[in-house]
Amino acid sequence: MSLKISIKKKYTDFCLDVDFSTDSKRIGILGASGSGKSMTLKSVAGLIKPDEGEIVFDNKILFDSKNKTDLKPDRRRVGYLFQDYALFPTMTVEKNIRTAFTGAKRIERLNKQSGMNSENPMFHENDTEGILKKFGLWEQKDHRPDELSGGQKQRTALARMLVTNPELLLLDEPFSALDTYLREGMRLELKKLLEEYNKTVILVSHDRDEIYQLCDYLVLLNQGRMIGCGNTEELFKHPVSVAAARLTGCKNISRIKKLGENKILALDWGGIELVTDLKVDDDISFAGIRAHDFIPGNCEINEIPVGNATVSRLPFEWYITLENGLWWKVPKAMEEQSRENLIPSCVTIPPDKIILLKEQKT
Amino acid sequence: MDLYPLYNSMRIAGISTLIVLVFGVATAHYTVRLPGFIKGILDCIFTLPLVLPPTVVGYLLLRFLGPKRILGQFFLETFGVKLTMNWYSAIFATTVVIFPLMYRTARGAFQAYDRNLSLAGRTLGLSKPYIFFNIEMPCCRQGIIAGTVLAFARALGEYGATSMIAGYTPGRTATISTTVYQLWRTDNDALALKWVLINLVISAVVLLAINVFESRMQKSRIK
Repeated sequence: MSLKISIKKKYTDFCLDVDFSTDSKRIGILGASGSGKSMTLKSVAGLIKPDEGEIVFDNKILFDSKNKTDLKPDRRRVGYLFQDYALFPTMTVEKNIRTAFTGAKRIERLNKQSGMNSENPMFHENDTEGILKKFGLWEQKDHRPDELSGGQKQRTALARMLVTNPELLLLDEPFSALDTYLREGMRLELKKLLEEYNKTVILVSHDRDEIYQLCDYLVLLNQGRMIGCGNTEELFKHPVSVAAARLTGCKNISRIKKLGENKILALDWGGIELVTDLKVDDDISFAGIRAHDFIPGNCEINEIPVGNATVSRLPFEWYITLENGLWWKVPKAMEEQSRENLIPSCVTIPPDKIILLKEQKT
Repeated sequence: MDLYPLYNSMRIAGISTLIVLVFGVATAHYTVRLPGFIKGILDCIFTLPLVLPPTVVGYLLLRFLGPKRILGQFFLETFGVKLTMNWYSAIFATTVVIFPLMYRTARGAFQAYDRNLSLAGRTLGLSKPYIFFNIEMPCCRQGIIAGTVLAFARALGEYGATSMIAGYTPGRTATISTTVYQLWRTDNDALALKWVLINLVISAVVLLAINVFESRMQKSRIK
């Protein structure tokens, strides 16, 4: 299974330009709202027509502006999970799923007409009961969408989507409509489900935890432009550009001046000198430090004075702002530490934890 | 008491409401997705009859449908059908006058409709007609029903354009509204009052129906 997306679409005030290809089955697209994530997903589903480019999945051309190929959504074998789930509001849960079977039958008929053999479907129509039970919706089968909880809505939408036996699953911010306490449970539930069905998935989100947990290939989008793609862990470790570092959650970013092969001067952190493990190339103009990478106390190198720090608390973490503006996150111990013991006179950043960044990815 | 005007009014209103239901909904569905500029122009044209005096509508209709005018002459010569001064002539008048009511309420409903539902239907493999009739229409049904009732009520009360294009012939083109005018003009006050009361009852029932639908709409929105 391989996926190639290389598309461009221009609007008056926005330009989408995405280009990547991967063999991974777990693809994540991370970006802030308005970065073109959903637009990319809709292009793959055939709900938006890009101006130019191509979309190829599993050697099947879904879209190609050169050959004027543009398969209709019902010929692309994709399942789309909408951000607000888009359940049909006038239908019960059961009717929502039955309606998907109507579509599944039509898809199969279309495939037969064009001589394509379709795989055995995962579900059979006479087994609506089985599906409802599998997704924990049996008791809600006569409820309308507005009577369901967030989790039940999501399960209905997932069940409805899988009925049509899609090869490629497109998940648009699947957890953003859920309450926080539900989110993590549903994330694990979805992870299990995806492992069970083993289909290729593109997950779109603005939540890096979600992407990191579920995807092994990552695409970073910023204002319609791709600012990085590759192995998820690799990209989190080496985001390369400032925008990518911000997207992956790097809290501390400073302009720098190169002082030597492995030495920089951080201009925005009170002009401290830092030693890096990596060689500082000439096009490096920024450096980043993740907020949890500091070590309290002093070592030989990269000592940073704490000074007059401010502390704010979160349920499981302390947020400490050093005098020079650096953010430091400290996990809370089981017994709550007192603030006096918490703050050392200085902290250290290991040289391998300094992220070297270019201003713009070229 | 000759009940022909009631019967005639009802069939004219019924037929024109049906016509407007189909075309008004179709037009509204189509224009909602047009780009702003074209939408504005079409919107203006489709809403115009709402603000025009009915006599102006009647005049314009006669310009096209009169026996010596382009359409009227064509129908008379080819099919031997006279488009004016017959009972069905009033249908042209009421259709034009009530079209904006249907169009605007339906357009409001379609505008509020979540387009993602249709897109979801497309990815599920449903055909466009299926999505329109089984997903979009049910979602917009309350607006469309309200528009239908409103259009029917207005059609029942149409006077100006109707009297110009269909005239008043007892037992042929007489409607409730033209009958009331004719009876009052000929000093038959008692009978005129009877028709007025009939008209009041019908209108009250229609308005009650609208209110019921509106409160239901609000309830479902709060949910």
